Parts: sequence; C-alpha cells; structure tokens
Amino acid sequence: MPTLAFSSQLINLCAALLLLLSFAMLAQRRVLTLVDLFAMQGGTLFVSIIVVAWSTGQPHLYYSAALTLILKVILLPLILHHLIRRLGAQWESETLLNTPITMLAGLLLVIFAFTLAQPISQLANTVTRGTLGIALAVVMLAFLMMITRRKAVTQVIGFLAMENGLFFAATSATYGMPMVVELGVALDVLVSMVILGIFFFHIREQFDSLDLHNMESLKED
Amino acid sequence: MADSTSLLYATLLVPVAWLAIGLLGLVRGRSVLWVGRILFPLGTLAGLTLGFTALAGLGAPTESLTLPLGLAQFAFHIRLDALAWFFLLLIGFTSAGIGVFSAGYFRAGEGTAPGLLCLQYHVFLASMAVVVMADDAYLFLVAWETMALSSYFLVTTQHRLPEIRRAGFIYLLIAHLGAIGILLCFGVMQGGNWQFTFEAMRAAQLTPVWASAAFFLALFGFGAKAGLVPLHVWLPEAHPAAPSPVSALMSGVMLEIAIYGVLRVTFDLLHVQLWWWGLVTLGLGLFTALFGVVFAAVQTDMKRLLAYSSIENIGIIFLGVGLTVIFHAFHMPLLAALALAATLYHCLNHAFSKSLLFLSTGSVLHATRERSLGKLGGLIHRMPWVAWLALVGTLAIAGLPPLNGFVSEWLLLQAFLFTPDLPHSYVNMLLPMGAAALALVAALAAYVMVKFYGVIFLGQPRESSLREAQDCGRLERIGLLWLAAGCVLLGIFPVPLLALLNNVSRGLLGASLGTQLQHWWLLAPIAPERAAYSPAVFLLSTVVLVAAVVLGVRRFYHGRVRKAAPWGCGFPLLTPRMQDTAEGFGQPIRQIFEPFFRMQRALPSPFDTSPHYRVQVEDHFWYALYAPIAGLVRRISSLAGAVQQGRISVYLLYSFLTLVALLAFAL
Repeated sequence: MPTLAFSSQLINLCAALLLLLSFAMLAQRRVLTLVDLFAMQGGTLFVSIIVVAWSTGQPHLYYSAALTLILKVILLPLILHHLIRRLGAQWESETLLNTPITMLAGLLLVIFAFTLAQPISQLANTVTRGTLGIALAVVMLAFLMMITRRKAVTQVIGFLAMENGLFFAATSATYGMPMVVELGVALDVLVSMVILGIFFFHIREQFDSLDLHNMESLKED
Repeated sequence: MADSTSLLYATLLVPVAWLAIGLLGLVRGRSVLWVGRILFPLGTLAGLTLGFTALAGLGAPTESLTLPLGLAQFAFHIRLDALAWFFLLLIGFTSAGIGVFSAGYFRAGEGTAPGLLCLQYHVFLASMAVVVMADDAYLFLVAWETMALSSYFLVTTQHRLPEIRRAGFIYLLIAHLGAIGILLCFGVMQGGNWQFTFEAMRAAQLTPVWASAAFFLALFGFGAKAGLVPLHVWLPEAHPAAPSPVSALMSGVMLEIAIYGVLRVTFDLLHVQLWWWGLVTLGLGLFTALFGVVFAAVQTDMKRLLAYSSIENIGIIFLGVGLTVIFHAFHMPLLAALALAATLYHCLNHAFSKSLLFLSTGSVLHATRERSLGKLGGLIHRMPWVAWLALVGTLAIAGLPPLNGFVSEWLLLQAFLFTPDLPHSYVNMLLPMGAAALALVAALAAYVMVKFYGVIFLGQPRESSLREAQDCGRLERIGLLWLAAGCVLLGIFPVPLLALLNNVSRGLLGASLGTQLQHWWLLAPIAPERAAYSPAVFLLSTVVLVAAVVLGVRRFYHGRVRKAAPWGCGFPLLTPRMQDTAEGFGQPIRQIFEPFFRMQRALPSPFDTSPHYRVQVEDHFWYALYAPIAGLVRRISSLAGAVQQGRISVYLLYSFLTLVALLAFAL
C-alpha cells in the first residue's frame, strides 16, 4: 500500500489531467477527436478511482473502476465512433461562441467552482479533499460545452462528460457512491446513449442534418 | 313582524320564479310562441309582483334571513332594508315594461335561439334582484358576476358578427376589471377580522386611509359597471350591439344597480364618510355628465346616442352621490337627505325614460332595419304609437316639466343652491360652479333629445323604404305605454314617492325630508318660501293655456284657415335629403367642444364627380388611455415571449445560469 501523501499526489495529478482534458474538449472542434478526448477522460477517471481504492482499501471501488473502464473507456466511445461515421457528423459546423471567449468563460467557471468548493473541502477529511473544486469545474465546463455547441452528438458527449465530473466528485469527496447507485447510474448512461442514438437518426431523417439549429423552427410563433 | 316577513318571502320567490321561467325556456327552445306568448308575460308578472311587494316593503322594517345555501363558512345572507326595497322596486317596475315589450319583440332567426335567450334574460333579471338583496360579500359577488356573464351573453346575441363579439369582449373585460375592484373593496372592508358578511363590515372600524381605499375601490368597481369616465368605453360599444330590450335592461336597470352598490358601500357599510370623497365623486360625475352629453350630440347611430346619454345620466347621478357625501360629512342632514332623494329619484327616472327610448329604437329598428340616423326620418306618420310614446321619453330625459326628469334635476339644483352654507371656504366657492355646469348639461341634454327625436320621427323620410315601415305590435305598445305612464306619473306626483324615499334616507343618513312633504301637490324640499314646484298646477295651467289659445284661434280665424304647401324658399326641387341631418345638427357642438373629440375629416376634392364627405369622431380616452395600456401589455408579453427562443443552447444556458445562481446563493 503506497503512502497517503503519494496517493494524494497521484489523485491530484489525475484531477489536473481531468481538468486539462475538459479544456481540451471545450476547444476541440473535430467530433471524432472529441470522442477520443472523452475516452481519455474516462481513462483518467478510471486511474483515479483505482488509486483511491488502492490507497484507502475500499474493495467496492474496484467494481466501480471496472464499470468505468468498460463503459466510458471502451463501450461508449466505440458506439459514438460508430454513430458518427454512419451519420457523417465528423465536423462541428460552428460554435455559438468563438474558442478564445469560450476558454475565458471556462476559466471564470473554474475560479467560481474553486471558491464554491473551498468551504466544503475544509470540512472534508478524506485524502481527496482538494479535488472537489476540480470535479465541480469539470461538470461546469461540460455544461458550457453543451451550451456552446450546435451538433446533437457534441451535446451528448457534453452530457456524458458531465457525468464523468459527477463520478469524480463522488469518489473524491466520499470514496464513491454505494454500489447500487453506481450501477443504476451506469445503466442510465447506457440506456440514454441508446435512446439518443435512435434520436440522432430520427433528427437526421427529419432535417437532413444533425444541426440543432433546424429544431428552432419547432417553436410556435 | 309577520307582515314584513311575508314580504321578504314573497320577494325571495321572484328570483326563483325568474330562474324557473328561464329554465322552462329551454324546454321548447325553438318555439317563439311558447317563449314570447307564455314565458315572457309570466316573467313580467313576476316583475310586477316584485315591484308591488317592494312598494309595500318601502315602509316596512328591515328584515334579514340566512339561507341554507352557499359554502360551509359562507352561508348566503339576505337583508332587505329601505335602500334594497327601493332598488327592487326599480327592477320590478322597469323590467315589467321591458318584459311585455320583449314578449312581442324577440323573433326567430335572430342569433341566439329564443329559448336560450329567455334563459339568459331571466337569469340576468334574477341576478340583479339577488345583488340588491345580498347581505354578504360572497353572495353579492356571485350574483354580480352572474349578472355580468348573463348580460355578456345577451349582448352577443348576434354572435356571428365580429364587431358584436368585439363589443361583448370589451364589455366583459371592463366588467371584470370592475369586479376586481369590488372584490378588493370587500377585502379592505372586512377590516382584519375575515368576516365577509355585511353585518361584520358595518361593525369594522377602519382608519381613514383604509376607509378611503375602500371607497375609491368601490367607486372604481361600481363606476366601471355604471360607465363613469374613463371606464365608459364599453357602453357605446355594447348598447348598439345588444338587442333593444337588452340595451334597455342594461341601461335602465343594470347601471342603477351599480349606483346601488356605491350607495350601499358608502353610506351603509363604511362607518365614516370624508367630505373630499364627495368632492372627487362630484367632479368625476360632472365631467362624466358633460362628456356624455357632448358625445351624444355628435352621434349618428341612434343607439350609440342613447348610450352616451346614459353616460350623461350616470354622471348626474354620481354628482348627486357626491353632493350627498359632502352634506353628510359636514353634518347637514336635511340637505344630505335632499341630495340623496334627488339621486334616487334620478335613478328611477333614468330607468323608466331610458328604457322607454331604447325600446322605441328597437321598434324603429324592427320596422326599418336601420340604426343610422342619416337614413331615418318622418316616422311619426308611419309609426304614430312609437313616435308619441317616444316623445314622452325624450321630454322626460330632456328634463322638461311636468315630466319626471325635471323633478330630479330640479331637486339636485336646489341641493346645489345650498352649497354656499357649507362650512368650508374652498368647497362653498367651487360648488356653485358645479351647479352652473349641471345647468349646462341639462340644456345640452335637451339639445340631444331634439336631435334624437327630430331626425328619427319628424321631417320627411330620408329613404324611400321607410314608407313601408309598420307600427309596433300590441304587446310592444303595452310595454311602451307602461314605461311612458311611469314617466308621467313620476313627473306629476313626485311627493308620495319622495315620502317613501324618506325611509331610505332615514336608514342611510338618519335624516329625512319628512315635514317638507305635507301637501301631495306641492313639492317644497326645504321651505315653501324658498322654492316650490307643483307639477299638477303646472300641467293644469299649461293645458288651460293651450286650450285657450286653440279656442281663441278657432274663434278669431274660424273659416279663414286655408291649407297650402309650405314655402320652399323659391326652390322647386326639394328632396328629403335636403333636410338637416344628424351630422349637421351636431355640428355646432362639434365646433364648440372640439377639445373633447378626436376628429378625422376626409374632404372630397373639388373635381370629384361623386363627392363624399366623411368625418369620424372618436374618444380621446381610447387612444390616450386604453391603447397605451394595451400596447404595454403587448410589449410585456412579447418580452416574456423573448425568453422562449426555441434554441436548445439557450434553454441549456437558462438551466446553467440557474445552477450557477443557486450555487452562488449557497456561497
């Protein structure tokens, strides 16, 4: 078993990587690369959970790590790759905000998340307490990505990335949720993926495009 | 006392009977014979019963009753005091005349089916009676809203025409605004003990600020129903849209019910009356009266003209209410009683004479299918019954002796002439000017009535189709006769009724005109040496004078009378279209009172071979008050609509911002 100092260093590293990957996703406009970044985020999450499980000796976290590996690193990216190729949606047409402004907004959000997490982190006494701010920032950055993108696929990736952030928050703050909850969430993600995949095809059939811009005409005027 | 209790039960039966008659109308809804010949006369009978019961009840002591109806905490309370009896009398007798007329008036194929119309009509009557009887805010408002709704359906009888639907909508909108005012007024008057019976409201002690709030909410709420400027806009729209008996009922009875509400709240439910309330009411009433009469003078649609004339009369009534409040607040009981008597008398007068005029326009409308004054004329030859009975109504409204309109206006002027005695320097300087304005309004009202009667009934028919006009049927004649007789009787025998009105003023003000009404033939409100009026003597001397002139002329010119065509000013090609028109007659008023109007003229070019002159006279209030409010509402709603962008990213942004805001709040 490694020393606590070492493991907390490792977790902090993972957290930093997660944040970096979130920013990379925020800036990335090629959809396939975005999926790869998402897979990498999942991988980092997997590593961090393993580290937490190892350093604290919580056996159920290993299951959770395995679930993350299977779902977020392998299965979902594969499905997304498959979907994107079939739909021909490799490129994001245009974002609502240009990249520099998005990055600046992201920066502000990170600062906001850290100020928000500070009082909570001081109360916590787990090894991972410094990472709560980062987890919150990951959630918010993913949300920001959903807001600024137009393609349905990217929004789904943003949604999944938010889920990553929440998982990270759960493991870092409380050594993970109970197994039942984690299983339920994992299943939800999988099911929503399937449903959204079906929706993608329907949207494309209807509008010949996955651009959500077309759905604005659904508003009653 | 058993006697007055039985009166109470008899009165309660009348609205029930009306409701039953209305429901029976649905049994054979398409049969004009069933509805017109059986149900409407039955309703009239109920109205007469109500009228006579109320006449007997005016002297009886106050009776109250709790009905086994309503919600658990809000049982329905009924209370009949002299004020309620007086307005029940008004409803009963006026609706009797209108009911007989309606029996002959409604025909098949005019919008709503006769059976349904019968239901709406009788529900309307019953709800008005219940409003007057109610002794708690709950029953009052239920009846009040039923009245608004049933009259809305009556107004939109011909609902297939878009302009009639629009008129109905405006009416309903203003009615609801008013109802909100009344609701808030009751909310203020319960004074914190959450009891909504009128009994509790009488006992509540309000601070002057809250009492003022209650009074002005009541003035707003009831003023909206009565047509107080600037809440009058629905009247000139709704009256032309409604069938004539409905216009008569709304103008003659419903407007007076609103006055009942003002009186009930001001003098009965509120325990203090501040003098400046009276001043505001008086000012509003005066402006309403002047506004109404000036607009009536320039109308070209006969029912719109009468609608504006109703606004004028409501203004005069509010003037009386204001004067009563002022005298009462300054503790001058006799003068307060005088002003109140004048107010109530004018309510009754207006009910009779305006119903009469609206009904006669209905007969004219049926005979000619024409509402525009520019296409009528000379109907006195074709429709003598309607013409002569309408003449009684016009003279009454114009306020000429010996008819009823003169009595109330004279009493009101008498009350005005005592305002210099008021112990307040500004008020007693200002109010005599109000008397002058009242005189101006009365004179202009006469002008309006000359126009109304002259253009419709006198002169030559302006259209050839008018020569086929038929006089009204027998039932309609009875209705018109009843109302005209009311006008004449109220004009010639004012003293007995004024003696009955003493009961009302004793109940509300604690004072009456008691000793001044000793002689039935002489009306001397304060003192005989100050001012007195004897309509019977006036009538007698007029008759004698006219008879003497007629006899004299016959005596001196007998045998030397020759009949010839009138001199045509040397112009041989006179046509009926060369008569003075409604527009022409109103033109001086249009010039003198130009600031009142918003006029749009379209003048023809000199080279036009078929020239048209068009002038459109509108109300400033619509553009200065209602249009900006409507625009504001539209702007606010489009602002609220801007929130709905239809873009997913915007919706996401909303939830994101909400999240951030909540988190920041938690910070």
